Amino acid sequence: MVLSPIIIFFAAIFTSNILLTNFLGMCSYLSVSKEIESSFGLGMAVTFVTILTTVLNYLVYHYILVPLDIVYLQYIIFIIVIAATVQLTEMIIERVSPVLYYTLGIFLPLITVNCAILGVSLFMVIRQYTFMQTVGYAAGSGLGWMLAILALAGIRAKLKDKFIPTGLQGAGITLIITGIMALAFIGFSGVVVIQ
Amino acid sequence: MTFILWNILIVSGISGGLALLLVLADMFIANYGECTIDINNGKKQIKVEGGSSLLTLLGDNNLFIPSACGGRGSCGFCKVKVLEGGGPLLPTEKPYLNAQELKDNIRLSCQIKVKEDIKIWIPPELFSIKRFRAKVAKIEDYTYDIKGLTFKLIEPTRIEFKAGQYVQLETKPYAKNKSTVSRAYSISSNPDHEDILQLIIRRVPEGICTTWVHDHLNEGDEISFTGPFGDFVIQDTEADMFFIAGGSGKAPIKSMVEYLHNHGSKRRMVYFFGARTKKDLYLTEHFREYEKKLPDFTYVPVLSQPEEGSDWDGRTGYVLPYFQEFMRDPAKTEAYLCGSPGMISAVTKELKKLGVPEDRIFYDSFA
Repeated sequence: MVLSPIIIFFAAIFTSNILLTNFLGMCSYLSVSKEIESSFGLGMAVTFVTILTTVLNYLVYHYILVPLDIVYLQYIIFIIVIAATVQLTEMIIERVSPVLYYTLGIFLPLITVNCAILGVSLFMVIRQYTFMQTVGYAAGSGLGWMLAILALAGIRAKLKDKFIPTGLQGAGITLIITGIMALAFIGFSGVVVIQ
Repeated sequence: MTFILWNILIVSGISGGLALLLVLADMFIANYGECTIDINNGKKQIKVEGGSSLLTLLGDNNLFIPSACGGRGSCGFCKVKVLEGGGPLLPTEKPYLNAQELKDNIRLSCQIKVKEDIKIWIPPELFSIKRFRAKVAKIEDYTYDIKGLTFKLIEPTRIEFKAGQYVQLETKPYAKNKSTVSRAYSISSNPDHEDILQLIIRRVPEGICTTWVHDHLNEGDEISFTGPFGDFVIQDTEADMFFIAGGSGKAPIKSMVEYLHNHGSKRRMVYFFGARTKKDLYLTEHFREYEKKLPDFTYVPVLSQPEEGSDWDGRTGYVLPYFQEFMRDPAKTEAYLCGSPGMISAVTKELKKLGVPEDRIFYDSFA
């Protein structure tokens, strides 16, 4: 059965959330989730970069790597494309919104090594998506990542002045929350299967 | 073989294409064209290539805004009033600005990037700050980690400053540090000696400027600095003076004590110098001499951890408990502090407890 891009889009957000079911892109997820505002900014940046790079990588893969029979170079090529795109995004954000630029700070270059973004490009190849499916999957994954980090930022904001045992403060409690969130999201996973 | 070459060619081709794209983007997106900086309502107007920070651009045009951290946004000294342009307030500036400054649109010049015409206002005395070239005349080892530097001015040949002010020393590129950085150091020489300048610099592990000074700077080298900056200066009163400064914080105090002596001050002065062990003491003889030269000056070194079995017969522990002993009239006492933010706040608290009015406590905090 060929899945519609729209189904893939929603599945990537809810049932197969890249962060909560594949556990990709954890680094910036854990470190930037203290405030809803900056989480939102980073989420937007990740979504934008994911869509852009996945589309570019689709084109590179199908029109350069496959015809030349060098698909084994996909890891290197995908990373280069992502790195260049992030640089470009950085320039555009600096020009358009200095406030967002400084809020994201070092996390903007960190998107380069956000494995969720490389993961989306690689899943697109493994699952042999068509172009439209790829667009749906990339947009869904980006928004899914944003949903997860926003949810976590919301929970952390609520926990800010609550009592947490010393040993669990910071990363400890965050990972436990993430685990519980993952359980909740995996609960949806029977609805649609996209992998 | 062709197979390997082919792969290299493709990867290079794709990388090259993307690099070209980035270069083009840099030319078109990051190009802000020529901008005009208007200072103090037309007193000075400079045309600059947009895209860099306001602090850098002003520095390039010989206008030196005080900055202890060299533009990293960690000292909050480089404040200017922005009248027009400059973009929205950034989260990196907020922590350094109080409510009144926010209302007046005071900004950190190191954080603002000039991307359009901008109008600013700066205190007129900043126009007199100069960049000096000087030769390293002498490097002395004061302790295992503190050096005293004497510079002979080359151009301009004289410097006018007040005791307690500081200059920004510029490093030269060395080892892995390819760019110039500048760091603030208090002047330790007597302001009456206008043709030389002395600094006291303590080695900071991994510090870019202090490593340069300690490991790469030699007598005879040429250096540059800008200044003088700062309002940590002697108040013109007759009140008792308490100096509290450890380590390289001794620099401005040395300058002040020498200046006061030169100008025949009769004020009562006490200098508390806190150190860890005997090998952290320096210039002790120098200050002992001033005890004799000045009518009422006491030098009080205090060791927190004198070595077992050492012949130290002076005071031990921290400096705070000894203030009481030398305090006569707290309401008529001025305190001059130089040290880390932690030390400043602890000493200020103690002095206030003893009854020294807050507006008589002056300090120079290491940023």
